[in-house]
Amino acid sequence: MALLIEKDFGTPAVKSDETVTLEIDGHAVSVPKGTSIMRAAAEAGIPIPKLCATDSLDAFGSCRLCVCKVDGKRGTPASCTTPAEEGMSVTTQDAQLAKIRKGVMELYISDHPLDCLTCSDNGDCELQDMAGAVGLREVRYGYDGANHNDAPTDDSNPYFSFDESKCIVCSRCVRACDEVQGTLALTVEGRGFNSKISASMGEKFMNSECVSCGACVQACPTATLQEKSVIEHGVPDRTVLTTCAYCGVGCSFKAELKGDQVIRMVPYKDGKANHGHSCVKGRFAFGYATHKDRITVPMIREKITDPWQEVSFDEAYKFAADRLKAAQAKYGVKSIGGITSSRCTNEEVWLVQRLIRQGFGNNNVDTCARVCHSPTGYGLKQTFGESAGTQNFDSVMEADCIMVIGSNPTDAHPVFGSQMKRRLRQGAKLIVADPRAIDLVKSPHIKADYHLPLRPGTNVALINGLAYVAAKEGLIDEEFVKERCDLESYKEWKATILDEVNNPQNVSEITGVPAEDVIGAARMFATQTNSAIYYGLGVTEHSQGSTMVMGMANLAMATGNIGRPGVGVNPMRGQNNVQGSCDMGSFPHELSGYRPVGDDAARGLFEAKWGRELDPVPGYRIPNMFDEAIGGNYKGMYIQGEDVAQSDPNIQHVEAALRALDILIVQDLFLNETARFAHVFLPGTSFLEKDGTFINAERRINRVRPVMKPATGKHEWEVTQDLGKALGIDMGFKDASEILDEIAELTPQFANVSFKVLDDAGSLQWPVNDDSPEGAEVMHVGEFTRGKGQFVPTEYQPTTERANRKFPLLLTTGRILSQYNVGAQTRRTENNQWWEEDVLEIHPSDAQAQGINDGQWVSLKSRKGEITLRAKHSDRMQPGVVYTTFHHPDTGANVVTTDNVDWATSCPEYKVTAVAVAPANHKSDWQQNYEAELDAYRQIAPEPAE
Amino acid sequence: MSVKVYIPCDAASLSVGADAVADAIAAKGGDDVTIIRNGSRGMLWLEPLVELETPEGRVAYGPVSASDVDDLFASGFLKGASHALGHGLTESIPYLAKQERLTFARVGVIDCLNLDDYAAHGGLVGLKKALDMSPEDIVEEVLQSGLRGRGGAGFPTGIKWKTALAQTKTQKYICANADEGDSGTFADRMLMEGDPFCLIEGMIIGGRAIGADTGYIYIRSEYPHAIKTMRRAVNIMEDAGWLGTNIKGSDTDFNLIIRVGAGAYICGEESSMLESIEGKRGQVKVKPPIPAISGLFGKPTIVNNVLTLGSVPFILAEGAKTYADYGQGRSMGTQPFQLAGDIARGGLVEKAFGVTLNELVNDFGGGTRSGRPIKAVQAGGPLGGYIGPNDFDVAMGYESLSEAGSMIGHGGIVVYNDSISLMDMARYAMEFCELESCGKCTPCRVGSVRGKETLDKIKAGEDVSANIQVLDDLCDLMEDASLCAMGGLTPMPVRSAMKLAPEEFSGPLKEAAE
Repeated sequence: MALLIEKDFGTPAVKSDETVTLEIDGHAVSVPKGTSIMRAAAEAGIPIPKLCATDSLDAFGSCRLCVCKVDGKRGTPASCTTPAEEGMSVTTQDAQLAKIRKGVMELYISDHPLDCLTCSDNGDCELQDMAGAVGLREVRYGYDGANHNDAPTDDSNPYFSFDESKCIVCSRCVRACDEVQGTLALTVEGRGFNSKISASMGEKFMNSECVSCGACVQACPTATLQEKSVIEHGVPDRTVLTTCAYCGVGCSFKAELKGDQVIRMVPYKDGKANHGHSCVKGRFAFGYATHKDRITVPMIREKITDPWQEVSFDEAYKFAADRLKAAQAKYGVKSIGGITSSRCTNEEVWLVQRLIRQGFGNNNVDTCARVCHSPTGYGLKQTFGESAGTQNFDSVMEADCIMVIGSNPTDAHPVFGSQMKRRLRQGAKLIVADPRAIDLVKSPHIKADYHLPLRPGTNVALINGLAYVAAKEGLIDEEFVKERCDLESYKEWKATILDEVNNPQNVSEITGVPAEDVIGAARMFATQTNSAIYYGLGVTEHSQGSTMVMGMANLAMATGNIGRPGVGVNPMRGQNNVQGSCDMGSFPHELSGYRPVGDDAARGLFEAKWGRELDPVPGYRIPNMFDEAIGGNYKGMYIQGEDVAQSDPNIQHVEAALRALDILIVQDLFLNETARFAHVFLPGTSFLEKDGTFINAERRINRVRPVMKPATGKHEWEVTQDLGKALGIDMGFKDASEILDEIAELTPQFANVSFKVLDDAGSLQWPVNDDSPEGAEVMHVGEFTRGKGQFVPTEYQPTTERANRKFPLLLTTGRILSQYNVGAQTRRTENNQWWEEDVLEIHPSDAQAQGINDGQWVSLKSRKGEITLRAKHSDRMQPGVVYTTFHHPDTGANVVTTDNVDWATSCPEYKVTAVAVAPANHKSDWQQNYEAELDAYRQIAPEPAE
Repeated sequence: MSVKVYIPCDAASLSVGADAVADAIAAKGGDDVTIIRNGSRGMLWLEPLVELETPEGRVAYGPVSASDVDDLFASGFLKGASHALGHGLTESIPYLAKQERLTFARVGVIDCLNLDDYAAHGGLVGLKKALDMSPEDIVEEVLQSGLRGRGGAGFPTGIKWKTALAQTKTQKYICANADEGDSGTFADRMLMEGDPFCLIEGMIIGGRAIGADTGYIYIRSEYPHAIKTMRRAVNIMEDAGWLGTNIKGSDTDFNLIIRVGAGAYICGEESSMLESIEGKRGQVKVKPPIPAISGLFGKPTIVNNVLTLGSVPFILAEGAKTYADYGQGRSMGTQPFQLAGDIARGGLVEKAFGVTLNELVNDFGGGTRSGRPIKAVQAGGPLGGYIGPNDFDVAMGYESLSEAGSMIGHGGIVVYNDSISLMDMARYAMEFCELESCGKCTPCRVGSVRGKETLDKIKAGEDVSANIQVLDDLCDLMEDASLCAMGGLTPMPVRSAMKLAPEEFSGPLKEAAE
C-alpha cells in the first residue's frame, strides 16, 4: 500500500439525533446538529484551509485561516468554531477571504525558518501545504523582523525532538496532551509573541510530566515535534495497517515504512479500540524487533550447560521430535506438553494447541493466561455464561460511575486509561479499589470520589461489603434481577451476602478501608444510572481470584449494570492476545470456545477434522507441569513466546522444574530466561512479521499484517506446523488465513470470521456468527449467554499468606508505563531510559522503621526466596504494603512470590506475599548465582556443528 | 461633641498622602474629631480632599498635605472656617454639582465600609425590592432601563441576563469584571473603594435574576486597596446576612468569592477572565458558546463590568424608567467618564449620555494642565480612537462615538497636548497589543509585532507608500480576523492617528518633498 493519508475533517464528529441541512458554496450538505461548518464542508468534499484545527481535537479557532462568510451574519467567522445551522448559506471562497488567508500565512511565514528543502517535514508539512493553498508569493514584512528562528531544540526525548524555531503556536500539541492523552504536561508559556510551548514548568521534555504517548507529535502540523526516525531517515513512503502487540487494548497502527524499514508507528484514527491514540510502547518501542539480541536461526544443544549450536530448521525439528518421542516412549504419552502464548497470534496459538492435542496426543496445553486472567474466564463463565468482558471500550463514555479494582489503566492500559480519564473529566464518578494510590486516585483534573485502599488479599471481603450495603439499603435493581437472573441463585446469594460478617464495620476491620467509605462507594455505585467495573490482575491473581470475579459479577447483576452501553464487568487484559489465546482452546480442560474436552460432541468435531481420536481427559495446568517435572514424570515441553522463568511465581521452583526436563523447546525472539534451560531454540517472529489476528480485552478481533518479511525466513506458525511434521502429523496449512478458517469452522463464536471479513470490517468483536453477523459491542443484551444470570455466593476466605513478625510487610507486584511485562521487548528499546531497574516502593514510615533511606539497597525476603533491590520511598503506598515490578530478570521479583494459587484456576497469588525488608549491601544468593551462570547458559558456539 | 472629618481612603488620595493627613488631623484634633474614611469625590486635582461636616453641609479643603494641618486648625478649620485651601460646600463645587450621579451617588459621601451608612444613603433598597420580585421581573426591569455593558462592548445587560435566566442548568454564576486595565480609567476602582456594598448589592440582584448562587469578583492585582476593601465588604455582608443562604428569609442563596488577577490585560476580556478564574492561563476562548449559555466551569455565566452591576441597585430602587430617562438614543442612563492625561481637572464625571466631549474636556476638565493646546484625546482606552479638537462636539454615546471613529469603551478620556507624536502613539498601539496579546490568534500575536515594525519603517522612510499599504492591509486583517477585540480594535488608534495626522506617516520630510 502507498502511504495512507487519513482525511482530516478539522473538528470531531458530532453525535446528534437531529440533522441540519445547509448550503456551502452552493452545495447542500446535511450533518448532525452541532457539527462545525468546517467539518460539514469537509464531508461535502470542500476543503477549507486550516492549521490549528484537526479532527482529534475540539475546535480552537486560533489560526484564523478557516474564516468563511455566512449570509445574514456579520464578519468572517471561523468555520471550525461556528456550528452549522439549518438553512445556513456559507461561502468559503471569495476575494476578501482569500486576502485574509494570504494575510495570515504572510504573518506565519514572517516568523518561520525558510529551510523547507532541508526540513524533516518537507512533504508532510501542513504549514507548507497552506502556504501553497493560499498562494502566498511574498512576505512583505521581510524576514529581518523579530522572530524565533534561533529558538533552541530540545532533543531530550529519545524518540522525538522539539524544535521550537518551527513552532507556530497553534496549541495542537497542548490540546492533544489535554484532550487526547489527559496528562496535561504541556502548556503555553508567556503571552503574545513570546508565547511558547512549555513541557511542565519550562523543563526538557524528558524531565517533564510528559509520558511520551506521541499525541503531540502526531498533532503537530509542522516539524516542531518530529519523530527522530523521520529526521534521520526522511518521510516514509508506504503504510501497512496492523495491530500493536503490547497490552490488551489492541491499538490499530499505521506502520509507516521506507522499503522494509519501519520509520514510525502512527496510531490509526479508524482503529476502533484506540481512535488514533497511542502510548509510549506502541508508538515508539518497536525497535526490539531489529535488536541485535534477536536470534533468527534455530539452535540445539545436548545439555543446557553446552554452548548452543546453530543448525538448520530440519535438524532442529528432528532433534526436538526425537527427544519428545523418546520421553513419551519412556515416561508415557502424558509426559510432554506445552504452553501457548498470549503474545502470539490466534493462528499461532491454534497450531500449538493442535500440535499438542493431535501430535502429542494429550491435553497438556496451557497458556500464560493461567497466571493472569484464568479466574476471569472461570468467574464470568459461571455467572454470565461467557468467558469474556461484557463491553467495548467506547462503553466507558456512557458510564456515570466507574469502579476500578486492582487495575492501573494509566500505566498498564494507557490508551484506554486516557479514554477513561476523558469520561472522568466529563464528570463521571470514580471509585478506585487498590492498595496503592495509583495515578487515577489523583492526577490533573482527575480525583477519585472514593479511594478504597484495601489490604492486599481482602478483595472478596470488600466486594461483599459493597454488596451488603446495596442489599441492606434496598439499592438492588429488583426488576432487573427478576427479569434477567436465576431467582433461586439470587435468593441464596442475598441471604449469604446479608450475613453480618459482610457489614461495613466488619469489612473495614478486614480490609482496612473505613466503613463510611465502603458505604459511600456502595451507594454511589448502586445509584448512578450506569455503573461499570473495570478490573485487572489485582483481582485475579489471588487465592480467591475466581471468587472475586464472581463477586463483581454478582454486584453488577444485583445493581442492574449488565447488558447495555455504560455498564458491565470489564477485565483489563494484560497482554495483546490474552483473550484470543484463551478463546483458541489453550486450556488443558477446554477446546476452543470454552467447550470441555470431555464434551464428546465438541471433541468429535475436532476428531473428525484432524482425523484422530483426542484425549477426553483434561491435561496439566502450568503449575502441575512444573510439579510433575520435579516429580520426575514430566519430561518435555514446547514453550512458545512465554518466559516462565521470569514471569511465573516462585522462580526457584520453576527453575528446578525446567532443569528436570529432558527436552525443552523454546520458541522466542530472544534467548530469554526460560531458554537458559532449553535444548532447542526455535526463532520466533515479532508482530511486525506476523500475519494473523489478535483479540483484545473487548473481544475485538484485529488483523495483524506483516510489515516485513520474517527475519527467520519462516512464519512462526510454519515452524510449529513443521515440528508437527517431524512428529508425523501434517496440518497442511498454506497460509495463516487457512488457519483462521479452521478456527471459524470449529468454534461457534468465530463461525463467520475470516481474513476477508475482518479486512472489510476493519475489526469485529466476537461472537461473529449467524446470530451476530456484525459482532457484539455489548454482550448479554436482553439475555445472558447462559440464559439467566447466575448468582454465586462468595464467602471471604483469608489467604494463608499472612504477615507475621518475621515477614511483617505484604508485597504486591505490578507494572509501569514504559516497561512491558518481563521487559523482553521494552528493555531492548529506549524505553529503558524511564525505568532502568525495578525498585521497591515503600511507605516512608515503614522505611523509617527499618532504617531504610530513599535509594538504598534493601533485601526483600519471603518464605520462598530473597532478592536485593533499591528502595524508593513512596506516599502511594499504605503503611504495611510494599510494591515492586518484574520487568528486569536480574531483579528476580518472582524469586520472592509464593506457590499459592486461586482455588478454581490455579492462577498464582502474585499480589500477596509476606515479606521482610532490611538494608542490604550485597546481591542475594539467587541473584549472584544468576549473574554467575548467565553467560554460560547463553553461550553460542562460534561455528555451526558439523 | 466631636466633629466628623472625612478623609478619603481611595487609592488616588492615598497616593498623594491621605493617610499622613489623617494621622496629622487625628493627632491635632484628638477627641474633637471623628475621622471617617470615605471614598473619593472624584475631583482628583483636589486630593487629598478633606471634608468637614457642618450643619450647612460638608465643607471641602484640598489638596491638603500633612504640613497644612496645623495651619488649618489654627484658622478654625473645625468650625468650617474659610482657608486658602477651602472650597466651600462640597456639593456646590461646580464640577460635582453639574454631574448626574446615579451609580456614584454614594461614592465619597459615605463611610465606605459602614453598612448602616450605606443603608442610610439609599443602599439595599433595590435589593430588598428585588427579593420580592420574580427573576423574570428583575430581568425585565433591567431590560427596560436600557442598561448596556459599561465594560466597552455595550451589549444590552437585560438581554444577557435573560439568556442566562433561560438556561435550565441548576448551577449558574455571575462574575464582576473588575480587571480595569484600560489606561486612564479608574471608575471601577473608585466604586469598589468608595461604595463596595453597591457592587455586591448589584451582584446579589443579578444572582437572583438569573438563578446564580455564586458570584466572583475578578479584580486586577494592581488594585490592592480595592481588593482589601471588597474582601472586608464581603465579610461584612456575610455577617449581616446579605450573603449566604436564604438571604433575609428569601429563597435566594448567594455567595461571593474574590479572585485576584495576575497582571494580564487580556483577562479583562470576558472569556480570558473566566479561564483565569478557573485557574487556567488567561487566554481568549471562541464563541459560541457564549458565557450566558456555557461560561465558568461550563455553566451559564453572566459577566458584567463593575459599573454595569453598580448601576443595578439604582435601577431596581428607582425604577427602570427613572434610569432610562437619562441619556439619549440607544445610550440610556449615565456613564461615569474618567478624565486623565494632560488635563487641569482630572477625575470622575458621571453624566448622562449625550454630554459632548468638549463639555467633558474643557468645561469639566478645564483644558490641559500644561496650558499647551490639545492635540487629541483618546477615548475608550488604549484600543480607542484619537479624536481631534475639531470633533469635540461629538455627543458621548455608544453609536455617536463609533461614528466618530472612536468608542466609548469604559469611559476613559485621555488628553494629549500638541507635543505628542501621533505616529509614536500609533506605534504604541501596536506595541501595547504585542505586550498584552494572549498569543492565541495569529493576527494579534504576530500582526502586532509586524505592525510595530512596519510603522518603524514608515517613520524611517523606507518604502513609505508600499509600507503604508502593508500597514493598511494588516489593519484590515487584524480587524477582520482577530479572535477578540484586543487584536480587532488595535487598528482603531492606528488608523485614527493616521487620519488625524497624515503628515506624520509620510516618512522623513525629504521624502515627503519628493
